Amino acid sequence: MFSELPVLTIVVFLPVLVGIGLLLVPEARRRLVAGIWITTTAVDLALLVALWIDYAAGGGRSTGAGAVAGPASGTGAIGYETNIAWMPTLGSGYHVGVDGLSLPLAAMTALLFLACAIYSVRQDHRPRAHAALFLFLQTVSLGLFVSLDLILFFVFFDLSIVGMYFIIAVWGHGNAARSALQFFLYTFIGSLALLLGFIVLYLASDPHTFDIVELIRQDPLKNDPLVGGLALLTISIGLAVKTPTVPFHTWLPPAHTDAPAPGSVILAGVLLKMGAYGFVRIAMPILPGPWRSYAMVFVIVGVVSVLYGALVAMAQTNFKRMVAYTSVNHMGYIILGLGAAGLAAGTNPQAANLAVTGAVTQMVSHGLLTGALFLLAGVLFARGHSYEMAEYGGLARTAPRFAALTAVAVFGSLGLPGLSGFIAEFQIFTGSLGAAPIPTALALLGILITAALLLRMLAQVFLGPERQPTAGAELGSGTLGDLRPRELLSVAPLLVLAVVIGVFPRFLLDLIEPAAHALITLVAAGTQ
Amino acid sequence: MNARPGGDAISLTALAPEIIVALAAVIILLLGSWLPRRRQHLSRWLALAAVFAALILSIIRIVQPAEVTAAATFTIDVSLGMTRIAVLTGTAVVLVLAGGRFGVHKRKSEFYVLLLLGALGTLVLAGASDLLVLGAGYLLASIPLYALVGFTKDSAGTEAMLKYYLMGALFGVLLLVGITVLFGAGGSTTYTDLSRALLGAPAGAAAVGLLAVAAGLLFKAGAVPAHFWVPDAIDGTTGPAAAFISTIPKIGALIALFRLSSLSGVPVAWPLMLALLAALTMTLGNLAAFFQSTVLRLLAYSTISQVGYLLMVTAAVGHSELALPSLLFYLLGYTITNLGAFAVVCAFPSLRTLKDYRGLFRTHRWLALSLIVCLLGLVGTPPTAVFVGKLTAFTAALDAGLGWLVVLALINSVASVFYYLRWIYRLFQPGRGQATAHDDGADVPGEGASGEGAATTNAVVLSGTLVAPRSARTAIVLGILSLLMGLFANPVLAFLQVNPFP
Repeated sequence: MFSELPVLTIVVFLPVLVGIGLLLVPEARRRLVAGIWITTTAVDLALLVALWIDYAAGGGRSTGAGAVAGPASGTGAIGYETNIAWMPTLGSGYHVGVDGLSLPLAAMTALLFLACAIYSVRQDHRPRAHAALFLFLQTVSLGLFVSLDLILFFVFFDLSIVGMYFIIAVWGHGNAARSALQFFLYTFIGSLALLLGFIVLYLASDPHTFDIVELIRQDPLKNDPLVGGLALLTISIGLAVKTPTVPFHTWLPPAHTDAPAPGSVILAGVLLKMGAYGFVRIAMPILPGPWRSYAMVFVIVGVVSVLYGALVAMAQTNFKRMVAYTSVNHMGYIILGLGAAGLAAGTNPQAANLAVTGAVTQMVSHGLLTGALFLLAGVLFARGHSYEMAEYGGLARTAPRFAALTAVAVFGSLGLPGLSGFIAEFQIFTGSLGAAPIPTALALLGILITAALLLRMLAQVFLGPERQPTAGAELGSGTLGDLRPRELLSVAPLLVLAVVIGVFPRFLLDLIEPAAHALITLVAAGTQ
Repeated sequence: MNARPGGDAISLTALAPEIIVALAAVIILLLGSWLPRRRQHLSRWLALAAVFAALILSIIRIVQPAEVTAAATFTIDVSLGMTRIAVLTGTAVVLVLAGGRFGVHKRKSEFYVLLLLGALGTLVLAGASDLLVLGAGYLLASIPLYALVGFTKDSAGTEAMLKYYLMGALFGVLLLVGITVLFGAGGSTTYTDLSRALLGAPAGAAAVGLLAVAAGLLFKAGAVPAHFWVPDAIDGTTGPAAAFISTIPKIGALIALFRLSSLSGVPVAWPLMLALLAALTMTLGNLAAFFQSTVLRLLAYSTISQVGYLLMVTAAVGHSELALPSLLFYLLGYTITNLGAFAVVCAFPSLRTLKDYRGLFRTHRWLALSLIVCLLGLVGTPPTAVFVGKLTAFTAALDAGLGWLVVLALINSVASVFYYLRWIYRLFQPGRGQATAHDDGADVPGEGASGEGAATTNAVVLSGTLVAPRSARTAIVLGILSLLMGLFANPVLAFLQVNPFP
């Protein structure tokens, strides 16, 4: 295993090393900082794309890593594994690797960070610390998605909170200090609940271990439904706060509203996925029995999030708050799909497969679309210094590129066929309908509501008579107010990818499906 | 009586660290009286040399098998070895911190002597396996510290000293009463004899005696209900003295408490009592810290809540094999992290309130970063030393069936984020008149320009005045150390796990 290069480790730690380097070099100029930042994220993304291509071609599989995958499905196996003893006395190791569940998310993460780097070229307020902090967050996010050890996962989970706190508190606007503190406290409760659940798993395992692959093999709580249920409860609360689902979502809207645009992108695009990803990586495979028993709870929580998020989003007048609440709605679909997969795992593995594949696709799709929407919200704020939708109007005439990109992102977000959101949500609904018909039908209403509110927003901001905030600078007078090259370059790739996934989804689904199949095999184990 | 391990002769080499510290204290006391004032810094070098020599001997010594001295009064084992390392490291740090502060003080030799004696008392406290030695250790770890707190003879210091002394005297008397009762009930003062005798002794007397002894130790640890002195003493005294009394004596007290809890004659409800005290200590410490506006008071209450987590591990001793390694690791990690935070405070003696720290990140980037590492470390954010300490502590407590206490400790950890962040947030706030400051501020600590009689304390920070560059460097080193110890915790943990308490 050590004969090959530890590619994943390089991918994960390259950003933070560059970030430390940036802090050490005295008097780095803004343009130099931006150049270094963009280059680093681009290299990181290129490495991940190369990894993806190699993995899809069957490379990187290490022998004996089939523990996560079912014995028959070699394609769902973990690749590029590195497993070094870190704290063997605590049964915790530096164990990283990728499979079909984590690789798409890691690649999406790298892409979003690149978009943020490009968007922040003109960062005036402490550019060096800004870049260093984002590079740190990139390492933390990538590290989380490739972790195969609970403690390693927790370390990255916790550090993501710390990094995001500083981004909101230092570069945010409005009531940033308060929102950042609320974000920290709330998500920290979640992370400690997660830790409690991890310790329960550790103590239940024999020999004691924090290794995810080993824990999946042991299924430590299969004979103890009570402790298993409690472990699932604490872990789920921890993940649900971060995802976030109703009723743990209250930190999200203020954090988003006061965060700077790139911060919002990472928060919505990457940090929220950490919660959702935790369900497929940890909660479902390690606690298959409890997951099946309580799957209905997750279905209901998912549907409530879908409907509540959509309804509250409809009531918003603030563009960013509205997008934040649609995130609650979109993450609800994921929880619904995963819950339904738990219901269907034993009886109808095909449907369960579809639901999990859809849920993972939704994570990627939501990252791209919401990332784009938050960058566009940042563009809006930079021009008009306001997020109030009522203050804008008729922008389609004066800022056509801005209007076009927003329209694409919005249509993707409401699930129009031909865009990535459709692929994701269609699979979730098809997979869930058999196992949970009534909740799925209710969740379909959510799509209707989101469509209504997003279209209303489009009409408000882009059509009708021209309006702009009096306080702000000129918006859209000629070419000056439309998207600048750096804004276009940061937003467009995300939307192009969303269209590509919407039209040619196979390259993504081919990667996710085997891993989803392996996951469902694990969840279904013991039902027959 | 019976043949005991270790033979009849007290092995002097086994006690070398304690002997070196004691000798150094005596020599410096004499030297201080004879040296001219401008040569007084020699005494600091001597103290540092002695502490380092003792530290190196302790590290060499720790790998050797456990040993009980002739009369079974002093146990030299891994627990004492780790205590030595933590206490001596901490003492060395405080010696460095005190160097800048008392550079011109006419009695600074005495300050170092008091530090050394306090450290020696802590070591005796930690190694004692006889109640009389425990009593002596208590006094030796207390009396020099009273003088240390009131060293500057200003009104705040005197008041702090008086509070510390009165509480210390009260709990000292309780400790002695407890020793007397236990001697009466068990017929002996050594732990080995008491372990046997207490099983047959009257349960009430044994419980009262143990409780009274524990009360004295709780005072040294700064735990509820003997915590009232902590904020007043720490806020009233100088930075280095505050750093010392809030960190070092706790180590000895907690190890002594652990040895007491390991007696086979302790009442059944003993772990529960410790668990309840832990719950009270961490909760009250946290609640009181919430709205403190001066940094020293905030740190004082934070140390109280940290003792709560440590007591939680003590309550798990005997029910989880991870408890003792966790306690020892946590103590070392806590020492480094807490002293790191205090070192930052020592680096800016003129900054007293949280508000004064506004804009520090811009003027002293690395110092601010190391403060963030230390404060977030105290919260338990990975990958710092205290995180590993807390992780093992929670695991041990859960293993020992103290699930409710773990949940409470987790809630307290979240609550503690609130007041640490209040401080951290200030570092990034623009200081007064700082809006136009150039982008990359001075960042090399110790090289700041000299202050030009700035009007506000804030302006002192802005102009980059570092009154104590040595403290600043120490703070950065401790911050890095805290990170490294968290990242590379395994060798220490592995060593502690294969060398359990005999």
